[in-house]
Amino acid sequence: MAALRQIAFYGKGGIGKSTTSQNTLAALAEMGQKILIVGCDPKADSTRLILHAKAQDTVLSLAAEAGSVEDLELEDVMKVGYRDIRCVESGGPEPGVGCAGRGVITSINFLEENGAYDGADYVSYDVLGDVVCGGFAMPIRENKAQEIYIVMSGEMMAMYAANNISKGVLKYANSGGVRLGGLVCNERQTDKELELAEALAGMLGTKLIHFVPRDNIVQHAELRRMTVLEYAPESKQAEEYRQLAQKIHANAGNGTIPTPITMDQLEDLLMDFGIMKKEDESVIGKAAAVA
Amino acid sequence: MSQNAEKVLDHFKLFREPEYKEMFARKKEEFEYAVPAEALQHTIEWTKTEDYKEKNFAREALTVNPAKACQPLGAVFAANGFEGTLPFVHGSQGCVAYYRSHFSRHFKEPTSCVSSSMTEDAAVFGGLNNMIDGLANAYSLYKPKMIAVSTTCMAEVIGDDLNAFIKTSREKGSIPNEFDVPFAHTPAFVGSHITGYDNALLGVVKYFWDGKAGMAPALERKPNKSVNFIGGFDGYVVGNNREIRRIFNEFGIKYTMLCDPSDAWDTPTDGEFRMYDGGTTLEDTANAIHAKATIVMQTISTEKTAAFIESKGQEVVRLHHPVGVAGTDHLLMELSRITGKEIPESLTKERGRLVDAIADSSAHIHGKKFALYGDPDTMLGLTAFLLELGAEPVTVLSTNGDNDWAAKVQALFDASPFGTNCKVYPKKDLWHLRSLLFTEPVDFLIGNTFGKYLDRDTNTPLIRIGFPIFDRHHKHRYPVWGYQGGLNVLVTILDKIFDTMDADTNGIGTTDYSFDIIR
Repeated sequence: MAALRQIAFYGKGGIGKSTTSQNTLAALAEMGQKILIVGCDPKADSTRLILHAKAQDTVLSLAAEAGSVEDLELEDVMKVGYRDIRCVESGGPEPGVGCAGRGVITSINFLEENGAYDGADYVSYDVLGDVVCGGFAMPIRENKAQEIYIVMSGEMMAMYAANNISKGVLKYANSGGVRLGGLVCNERQTDKELELAEALAGMLGTKLIHFVPRDNIVQHAELRRMTVLEYAPESKQAEEYRQLAQKIHANAGNGTIPTPITMDQLEDLLMDFGIMKKEDESVIGKAAAVA
Repeated sequence: MSQNAEKVLDHFKLFREPEYKEMFARKKEEFEYAVPAEALQHTIEWTKTEDYKEKNFAREALTVNPAKACQPLGAVFAANGFEGTLPFVHGSQGCVAYYRSHFSRHFKEPTSCVSSSMTEDAAVFGGLNNMIDGLANAYSLYKPKMIAVSTTCMAEVIGDDLNAFIKTSREKGSIPNEFDVPFAHTPAFVGSHITGYDNALLGVVKYFWDGKAGMAPALERKPNKSVNFIGGFDGYVVGNNREIRRIFNEFGIKYTMLCDPSDAWDTPTDGEFRMYDGGTTLEDTANAIHAKATIVMQTISTEKTAAFIESKGQEVVRLHHPVGVAGTDHLLMELSRITGKEIPESLTKERGRLVDAIADSSAHIHGKKFALYGDPDTMLGLTAFLLELGAEPVTVLSTNGDNDWAAKVQALFDASPFGTNCKVYPKKDLWHLRSLLFTEPVDFLIGNTFGKYLDRDTNTPLIRIGFPIFDRHHKHRYPVWGYQGGLNVLVTILDKIFDTMDADTNGIGTTDYSFDIIR
């Protein structure tokens, strides 16, 4: 058996991270890989397309019911879905209270101690938005995910987040083995999106590993809580995810240490592509009607 | 004034003087809004009933007086057991003050331990700078041979990554590159002090055996004939480790005691302050990988470490704090089996002496009922010993003992005719025990210092065995392991039995027909 590959998907909230990761992992499962998904997002939707479930019972909610994490068994928290993909959601507190990052730490420790990773070819962490606190950086600590894939789009904020995540990866890359596997652009149909994504990848010292075109079939599948791979295996979109999966599969060991850029550089990039105008003081702070 | 310079009254007596008594009475009357004495008594009586016990045991969300401490306390214990090692706790300062005072109150010795003093800004930005500065200061001020890092809840909640932080500190020059800094995450809100001991010890062993956190190649095991000994978290470590050394020497076995704080917590007063004393050398710690087998004296306190050692191909002998004849027999027979050496004549003789002592006192201890609480391994050892003495350990309770532990205690009950009416209570606290002492009364209570309130509330004489013992001195100097240790435990129990008997028979002209010189 090949060595266990641990990968993680990071990206700005709402960018389609969970959708992209689940479709890609479904394609990897199709290739015969044994997969474990560890959802690290308090909203616990990293596994719904695989399990056809609204939201999986999370490690933390089950622990709260049982009294403590020590009272849980692996079978309680792990569900098996499409093509035998094993799924776990770490879960987290209600908005406004507690610490979701600690929830990620607790869950990953629990899974490791109880042998959840045994027999898997891939462990994939699906991590919320930005690298915020130490808890959300848990999946990129040493001996955890070796490759980080950042899901982004041609929008300014998604690129900003991608750059921030690169900073987080850099922090750990020097002391550990974590590398940036590449960017995955989830098309938003913004101007010159492909070029922009490629340029950003270049500046971050990585590559755009795949450009996933927008297709409504993803939404149709999502409504049925399915991946496109399962809902419409013959579709063009399913083929796109297969390609992405192939690329990730072939990308082992090709990760790089990212070279994050400054905010100014990011704005320059947007200007170069004509998405942002050269410092035009006259528009700043003016409403559309006035301008 | 009742206080005067010629004869200064201690507060024991001072507050019994009339003006203080009057002041307290007035304070209660005018300011305390106390419930009427009658109502208070009524409630106290109710807490002694079966009805209250039922409600008490239905408690879900509240723990009252847990019989356990937190992980980093155990981590500091483990760190103290290595040569020239400074325990370094990454987190807030107050926690570390607690570990130091806790150990100092028990061992009556200073306990060296530093903190990275995380404050509010560190909680927001992460404790990396505290680690960098802390390691630099600790290294240059206290000149340790090794710094063993553990964590408090604060660092754990914000998710500080020790491995990465320590590496960064090396890069920034806080400590020399080759300086040893093993580490362990010890979140205080998970498990108990025994979990922390296990994590920290595993941190040290793993560090030396698995390539010093990436700085050296992992060691390859070349089996030799040596035996490792791991005591676990043990309040009697000073007496016990010396007794165990004696036993190993009687056998003539080559051994390594992995984690030995017995000298650090028993430094002589001879004019020299020893910040570090004794402990397992770093070289021995590394070489322990080659040993033939490892004796784990307290399995529940050493679960992860034992599993790691086993994964290297060593045999691990798992014991549960053996006390008494059969317990020590088992330990010695395992030693004999592993090493192929006969049990020395001298130890066989000690065994006979312990059996003799037990027989001499059997009339007084046989059939006596006990309630006991403490760490899970200690409870297994003491339960077995009490059953061996023909006593009945009616109530055995542990806060950090789980259902697996309870099943092991039950197996001990089932194997003895004296265990028929005994019951084990996992994951329960001292307030549960208070109810049990009223509804299922026993003759004696065995536990640590915190049992003295139960003694007072329930009128059950407390025999102090466990950790911590703050209100009696030097108990930690006397072993409870080995035949000699068994004798100490026996005498500790008997002393209380006779003291209680005397106190119960000394009424002049009423009960003193049994106030005998000979017991």
